[in-house]
Amino acid sequence: MSKVLMKGNEAIVRAAIAAGLDAFFGYPITPQNEIPEYMSKLMKEAGRVFVQAESEVAAINMVYGAAGAGARVMTSSSSVGIALKQEGISYIAGAELPCVIVSVMRAGPGLGGIQPSQADYFQATRGGGNGDYRVVVLAPESIQETVDLMKQAFDIADMYRNPVMVLADGLIGQMMESVDLDKPIKKRHIEPKNYITNGTDYHEGRHIVNSLGLDPVYLEKHNFALQSKYNRIIQHEVQYEMINMIHAEYVIVAYGTVSRIVRSAIETLTEMNIHVGLIRPISLWPYPKKAFDLIPKTCKGILVVEMSMGQMLDDVLISNKGRYKVGFYGRAGGMVPAPEEIVEAILHFDEKVVD
Amino acid sequence: MKKGKLTFDDESCKGCELCVSFCPVEILSLDKDRMNSSGYHLITVSDMNLCIGCANCAIVCPDSVIKVEVLNHE
Amino acid sequence: MAGYERTKGLTDTRTHYCPGCTHGMLHKLVAEVLEELGILGKSIGIASVGCSVFSYEYINTDFQQAPHGRACATATGIKRVLPDRIVFTYQGDGDLASIGIAETIHAANRGENITVIMANNATYGMTGGQMAPTSLVGQKTTTSQEGRNVLQHGNPMRVSEIFAQIEGAAYVERTSMHDIGNIRKTKKAIKKAFTYQMENKGFTLIEVISTCPVNWGMKPREALDWSKEHMLPIFPLGVYKDVMKP
Repeated sequence: MSKVLMKGNEAIVRAAIAAGLDAFFGYPITPQNEIPEYMSKLMKEAGRVFVQAESEVAAINMVYGAAGAGARVMTSSSSVGIALKQEGISYIAGAELPCVIVSVMRAGPGLGGIQPSQADYFQATRGGGNGDYRVVVLAPESIQETVDLMKQAFDIADMYRNPVMVLADGLIGQMMESVDLDKPIKKRHIEPKNYITNGTDYHEGRHIVNSLGLDPVYLEKHNFALQSKYNRIIQHEVQYEMINMIHAEYVIVAYGTVSRIVRSAIETLTEMNIHVGLIRPISLWPYPKKAFDLIPKTCKGILVVEMSMGQMLDDVLISNKGRYKVGFYGRAGGMVPAPEEIVEAILHFDEKVVD
Repeated sequence: MKKGKLTFDDESCKGCELCVSFCPVEILSLDKDRMNSSGYHLITVSDMNLCIGCANCAIVCPDSVIKVEVLNHE
Repeated sequence: MAGYERTKGLTDTRTHYCPGCTHGMLHKLVAEVLEELGILGKSIGIASVGCSVFSYEYINTDFQQAPHGRACATATGIKRVLPDRIVFTYQGDGDLASIGIAETIHAANRGENITVIMANNATYGMTGGQMAPTSLVGQKTTTSQEGRNVLQHGNPMRVSEIFAQIEGAAYVERTSMHDIGNIRKTKKAIKKAFTYQMENKGFTLIEVISTCPVNWGMKPREALDWSKEHMLPIFPLGVYKDVMKP
């Protein structure tokens, strides 16, 4: 179908509606305000549920209720607001319910700034909620990819009965690119929902959505069951991209919009006859550890570039297993790196080595 | 005069004695010689013939222990 | 009514509540009302966090267990996507009026068609008797060991009065369970609240003066009498809002 020029935040909304979103619960926060704004209009036009909740805390709890009742449901927020949702996310994961959470990262910590950052990688992948749970985290680099990942997110959430986070940053939220909203995505088999609380008249027995397990024998079993689910996700849901790896002297690891800046830097370095490859994780959890086994022996070092003080860096250190030197280049506070800075970082790689 | 007949689900009783305190004809009491498997003492009826079937005991019971049958209406 | 027997609105599971705890009585009343109105099969309950966290084991409907204070937000999520079902929360005074006050007020403000059953026993029962927003001045609790005092702790919060101010609230009544007559009035109030939900009139809240014999250090009957003597003057019984009687 034809492509349309669209702002990232609007594309997120249209993709969700195309994926069959039944209910949106959200709250204003920059830089994703357009999401609840578009939702308020488009969900109403589609005859579906929209509530501007009284807080991000209330919104995630509305998501919990609606997900347990069997709906395809989503919330969106940014950094500070995502921090408020952590308890709710832990409950949703513990009760094994599906939902999609869009996080449009801004600078922190605390109130921070409204400019883009990637400083919520830990928040997204390590989770600030309590207990042994994981959230599937998908990080798009373009608006088209955002649309594709949004549609996938709902299917992944339903398949595994788990929260899925689409992790964007303020650049993606605010910029405009051309998008094909009808581009098809990979088909996933989803079981009918046999656990929903829609009233005992509508199913056998009583359904209880719950994460409480006071009996440690039961709760341990439940945790093991969650882990085997997470192991299945690790086996099947890793997504990443690798470019320019043949005879690469350096490998840059970057995700989201930073990877686009890195691509420009790689072009410049190629003109300087320095071969630099890129590993671009698309799923941040599960992290594409195996991609690091494919780094060629020509590699003199891995440079991690993030708009943070080094969060994905930890996953790179783990995946590298001490094989190559690892360097880091980061910007923070809402500053966005220019391609030249990344070129410089490669040229002075040894000054950037952290491990 | 209404008359009632009470049956007790002894295993559910927690011996809280609320029924005892609300019985208008004072025919209920805690029986310290009897106990259920949870260790709670059970309720005993001194004279079922005096029961007026008001169901106060059943209404107040937090554990739905008491079933009340009304034997005749006047 | 002729005779009395256990309602089908309760499951067969014996409750964990302390002997003489009013939760048992209140669960029974909710269960009887749902059965009598014929709505058990289309009702979804939301259990909160407190002694009544296990209400999902005892009341015979589908249930979701919500985070502490968030029951009304969870209820909103369910009711919005299943508007023809009956959705109710069962919350204590700490859950509703302390951590959950924002979610409860906003659900009322939006006029969500849900029914909120609040058990007010002036304490945090499950965690061992700490001070609650509704604890009385002078009441000794584990976190106000010399008794609640106004300068340090403020006054007990009057929930029904607050919710009566909110336009989205269709029916707000405060009742008690300290004697048979008041237990019957509580049941009538609960029935009215659910009937208003069935008629889509808006948010309904029944605040039920309850006891906590163990944390108050009293026998069950003594606790009911204490609630009548000490709580009713601070929390007067009555209908605070009825959208059908402006």
